[in-house]
Amino acid sequence: MKSFTTTILILGLLLLQPHSTQAQCKNFAKKICKLELAPYVHDGNYNAAILTEGEDAELFKTFYAGQEYRISICGSESLAKIEFLVMDVDRRVLYSNAKNNYATSWNFKVEATQQLIILVRVPSSGNSGSELASGCVAIMFGLKAE
Amino acid sequence: MATGFVKRIVKLLGLLLIVGGVACKSEKPSDKSLKVTEDELAADSVISQSIQSVKQIFYSLPSPLETALILKRSGAVYNEDLLNPVENVAHYNTSKSMALNLGIYSTDLSYASLFDQTQATINLMNASKKMADGLGILNAIDNSVIQRLEENINNRDVIMETISETFLNTNSILEEDDRVAIGSIILVGGWLEGLYLATSLVSDEKKMDNELVDRIADQKFSLETVLSLLKQNSENADVMEIYSDMQKLSEIFYDVQISASRVEVVPASNNGATILRSKNVITVNPDVFNKLKTKVKELRTKYTA
Repeated sequence: MKSFTTTILILGLLLLQPHSTQAQCKNFAKKICKLELAPYVHDGNYNAAILTEGEDAELFKTFYAGQEYRISICGSESLAKIEFLVMDVDRRVLYSNAKNNYATSWNFKVEATQQLIILVRVPSSGNSGSELASGCVAIMFGLKAE
Repeated sequence: MATGFVKRIVKLLGLLLIVGGVACKSEKPSDKSLKVTEDELAADSVISQSIQSVKQIFYSLPSPLETALILKRSGAVYNEDLLNPVENVAHYNTSKSMALNLGIYSTDLSYASLFDQTQATINLMNASKKMADGLGILNAIDNSVIQRLEENINNRDVIMETISETFLNTNSILEEDDRVAIGSIILVGGWLEGLYLATSLVSDEKKMDNELVDRIADQKFSLETVLSLLKQNSENADVMEIYSDMQKLSEIFYDVQISASRVEVVPASNNGATILRSKNVITVNPDVFNKLKTKVKELRTKYTA
């Protein structure tokens, strides 16, 4: 009976884990990632996901003429580094942080309003046999206020 | 006694399964490959390594704060008569109306704050708080937020930061609670309010060559995101009703012509920002503009009634 109860409790904890991980992700985005946007003002939107090595996420957003933006990508400590690409709608790469020493933010301004795609990827560590790392990745936007 | 214990365990397991099911975030199926041409693959080795699954797709709309900044930058003036009266909060009793009007009040308060309308900002924050409370987004906007606004009436930076923080709280709590459909309705309500303010502020409807009209035309891009975002939550009946409204708006935007040139990247100088150089040629016929303005007003009236 004792082992049955233990199994149930472990199963319960496993089922509740995604909720708890989401809460951690929220706190991580609010307390750590948001600070990287300064002196730009965070737009208020929340875009964060739990990613594992080898996985990626994409974000579609329209950027407006004349407004200066900062994109900031940050990942929890369990993830060694995060790659991000900024592409136009034809998926032409306009910026790659991998070519910029894995910078975690990029400031830019569009002369004409356009939709861009932000691709965020957690590269594989290449350590075969070891457990894949997983953690929170947040994509945040800062606005330059005049 | 053992049978009773097992029954309790089975009930507990059932409950955990339900909670676990709710906590699971909906994600894109992992079989969606990147659509990249071979030329692009050759041109960028980073991309060439990326033929893999896209775990999640985000559709990000301009936040109320961004909308207000764009409006102000485009030469919009402040007109208090355009705001949704705070007395209307008593009318909103359903999740759909509260979510739409939380978005609408959030855009109104961002707009008021950028024009230093402090009392209006505080009143609208109170209205937003009532909507958030009604939606069960507890602590997204607490009394300390209102107090902070009152204590910093002359400090626009703090006010903007406070608005940004409340919006982040709202979004993140909804995401955490797996209520993304409600989150999408809030965002669309806020976006439509921005469009309502902008179209209402165009005084000369025969003169289409001004920056505010250009930014209104630009919403053709964001409307695509609106439709994609709503479609992501198509299992929700309220979302689908709004989707149908947005499709009607899309039919009008179809006649707004935007021709975009290829983007050229101009590297940053002196620690400035990189410039993405391109040009859009926008054509908005006054009749199309009037149709758009009328439809936006009709939807906004429907949502705030």
